[in-house]
This record gives sequence, C-alpha cells and structure tokens, in this order.
Amino acid sequence: MRLRALPVLAVAGLLTLTACGGSSSSSDAASSTSAAASSSAGGGDLTGTLTVFAAASLTDVFTDLGDQLMADNPELTITFNFAGSSALATQITQGAPADVFASANQKQMTVVTDAGLDADDPTVFTENVLEIAVPPGNPGGITGLADFGDADKTLAICAPDVPCGAAAETVFAAAGITAQPDTLEEDVRAALTKVELGEVDAALVYASDVQAAGDGVEGIEFPEAEDAVNEYPICTLTGASNPEAAQAFLDLVESDEGQQALTDAGFRSPSN
Amino acid sequence: MPAPLLVPALVGVAFLVLPLLGLLIRAPWSDLWPQLTQPQVGQALRLSLVSATLATLVSLVLGVPIAWVLARSTLPGRSVLRALVTVPLVLPPVVGGVALFLVLGRQGILGRYLYEEFDYTIPFTTTAVVIAETFVAMPFLVISVEGALRAADARFEDAAATLGANRWTTFRRVTLPLVAPGVAAGAVLCWARALGEFGATITFAGNFPGTTQTMPLAVYLALQSNPEGAIVLSLVLLFVSLATLLLLRDRWLGRSGAPLA
Repeated sequence: MRLRALPVLAVAGLLTLTACGGSSSSSDAASSTSAAASSSAGGGDLTGTLTVFAAASLTDVFTDLGDQLMADNPELTITFNFAGSSALATQITQGAPADVFASANQKQMTVVTDAGLDADDPTVFTENVLEIAVPPGNPGGITGLADFGDADKTLAICAPDVPCGAAAETVFAAAGITAQPDTLEEDVRAALTKVELGEVDAALVYASDVQAAGDGVEGIEFPEAEDAVNEYPICTLTGASNPEAAQAFLDLVESDEGQQALTDAGFRSPSN
Repeated sequence: MPAPLLVPALVGVAFLVLPLLGLLIRAPWSDLWPQLTQPQVGQALRLSLVSATLATLVSLVLGVPIAWVLARSTLPGRSVLRALVTVPLVLPPVVGGVALFLVLGRQGILGRYLYEEFDYTIPFTTTAVVIAETFVAMPFLVISVEGALRAADARFEDAAATLGANRWTTFRRVTLPLVAPGVAAGAVLCWARALGEFGATITFAGNFPGTTQTMPLAVYLALQSNPEGAIVLSLVLLFVSLATLLLLRDRWLGRSGAPLA
C-alpha cells in the first residue's frame, strides 16, 4: 500500500501503516498528531527526542520536515544522522540508537529487516532516477545517454561498487552502450563536484542531485533512466525510544506535504 | 630503562600496532589468493609504486632547494614562506584536490591555457596522480631536510668558503653529503605519504583502473561492496610499504642509527 496525492488514500495509508507497526498501541495518538503536524495546525503534544537515520541524499528535505515537526511540537527534539545508507545500516545492526531508518535503496533496508530490527514493514516513500548533469551552457554538447559512449568526451560516472554506479551499469546495459568514462567516482557528490568545476563534460548522477546543485549544473533527462529506478524505503525500528514521534515523522514524510517537499527536491512519488 | 619512558612507549606501540593486528586477524586468509590475483590488484599496486616514486623524485628536486632557502638563506619573509610551504600538511587532502583543479584543471587559472592552446588536460591522467601526491607529500621532505640542515654544523660550509668554494660547490660537496641521512629520511617519509595518498588523488586525478586508480583508491572502493577484499588490499599495501621501508633503511641509512624510518 503506497500513498498517492489523494487525501483519502493518504488517510487509508496512514491507518495501514500504523496497524502493521509494533507501535500499534499508540497508533491512534500518533496518527492524530501527525494529522495535526501535516496540516501545520501546531500545538502537537509529542515530547522527548527522536533520532532519524536517513540517506545523505535526503538531508535537505528531511531537515526541513524535521524543523516543521519540531515547530508543531515544541517539546520534541529531532536529531538526524545523515550518511551513506550502507554505513547507516551497519550502525543500526551494531546497536546504534535510532527510531526511524530511511534508506536510499532496498538492499540496505534488507540488511536491517534481515536482522529483525524493523518495527513495521518498510514502505517505499519516494523514488530517484538517474539524470545527466552537465556544466552550465553544456560546453560538451551532450544530448543524451549515447554521448557516454564517446571516448573524446570527458565523462564521470560512479564506480560500480556504489549505488549510483550500479544504476549506471544497468542503464548502459539496457541501452546497449559501452560507456567510455574518464573516472569512476567514489560517490555521487564527487561526480557532481567535477561537473560543477567544469572539469568533465557530463556525469551520471541522480535527479535529486541535479536539483540540489541549483544553477551550478544543468540536468538532462533520458528515457533509459526508467531501467534503474531507485526506491527509497522507510520504517520505524524495534529499538525506537520514541515510537509515537517516529510514527508521526514517518506519516509526515508520506503525507501530501512531505511528498511535495520531496518532489520539489527532484525526487518523485512512488509509481505504484 | 626508566618506567616514565617505558610505560608510555609500550602504550604508544600498542596503540599503533593493534589496528594492524586487527587487519591481520580479520583477513580472509582462505580466499586470499583469488583476491590477490585479480588483475586490478597488480595494476593498482604498480601504479601506486610508480607514482609514489615519481612524486618523491619531484619532491627531491624541488623540495631540497626549498629546505636550503628556509634554513640557510637570509631571504626576508622566510617564516611566511615556511608557513605557506607547509599548508598542504594542514589542508584536508580533498580540499587540496579541489585547489589543484582551480589552478591546473581545464577551467583552472593555468590549466585553461594548456587546454585552449595545446588541447591538453591534466586531470584524470597519471600525471595528475603524481601532481596530487607531490602536493601532499613534499612538505614532509622539506621539513625533514630543513631540520637536518639546521642541525648540521655550518662551520664546515664556512671552511669550504674560506678555501675558495662558491656556494653551489659548497652545497654539492659539503652540505649535501652532511645532511644525506636527513634527505634520505625525508624522502622515505615523503614516499610513504605519497603511497598512502587518497583524498587529493581521487579528487584531482579521479579513479580509473590502470591510469589513476592507486591502491588506496582501490581499497576505499572495495570497502563499499566487498569489505573482505578491502582488507586483503590493505594488507598488500601494508606489506609492500613495510618491506620497502625496511630494505631502504638498511641500504641508505646504514647502521649508524640515523633518524627516522
């Protein structure tokens, strides 16, 4: 069950989520609070500290959503741990205190669910697709994915060991292109930096990264990106010290408002 | 041996050696061979050794004269110069890599002319690896050699001068042999730092097997997908560098108890 923009479905989604959670005893309170939070009515009664572990790409959106939830619940403090999903999954399985985990891919969420640490079944709350990032003005004259097969162009893609590189391999394979990169970057930020400095003609990064870079880069969408859609799952954790607030945060992320914030940041709502 | 020295020395050794023991204990010895014989490992190791050695040679050619200027000349503003030269020591290497882009990249202050006039770009080449490693490692050599020059007895140079040697001859025939152990120690330190260099290299030179992927880069990327493979790669780098340092110590520094390495 995933959320759409329709409010009716959103409410149904909330009920489904809270019903399958380990925090179901407090689900009523949580849903009503989150309803208040997502309508920005204020005066929420959540207290204590909420710790959210989230993929680094969610930094801006989640920080804003967290500020909003804290504004609505003055007694609530939210602390974030933004890092690579694999590092976060390792920390959680090693016993790091976290209430919510939002992963940038299913693989790292599986690490957590295999350890039995998910309080409710993870749901996909957003998606990210690859996009071509070029320096402003597109000096290399890049038009589409096929340009990544041109050895004369200076090109950056992520190393196959990291998620954006694995996604790149998938789209190249699907498109039948033999990529001719000059560098295999250690993460998507490093690839983007080289575009921002104008040192490469193009890099393959995520749509959200292009959005986050603002005027520093231009984005080119390409149809083959649909072959490697990155799904972001989220769940509350069994070790949660603040399950009510955890559920409220999760609900806010999946609300129309949360989805709008994600869309504005270059993500897109789950397609099914 | 006095306890106030012995006890902290033992604690210090344990602190430095235990992480290495951790690598040895956790190493997947059973599939060591398949990991080692991957073609990328030999490639990365060769590139690391070649580029670190080239970086050390460049550092010797440029760094020893810098050390001489700092230790012997009466140039005004030497303390400012010393601070500037040691900036790469305190700069996070990734920032150093970005700084190199801003000067030598194809949009850089100097690199732009190379690109426009000769259609040549430095980033993403082995040359860029050597440049990045030299940038980060040379200050170690400069500081070592300057220290050796300051400790050397300047009266030998004065004596050479009174016997009619000019300053260049004095430097070649008197000063350099006098500080040779310091130069060797500085070169070893510089080489070791260049061999382990990661941040400036991956930023300025990028990462591509065969041209710019050195061992530290291979280790870091292996860590993302194959932690056991990363441990094996770290051990290879560790053993090769330890073996080189031990061999060089016997050859260059002799048994005279010269400093370092």
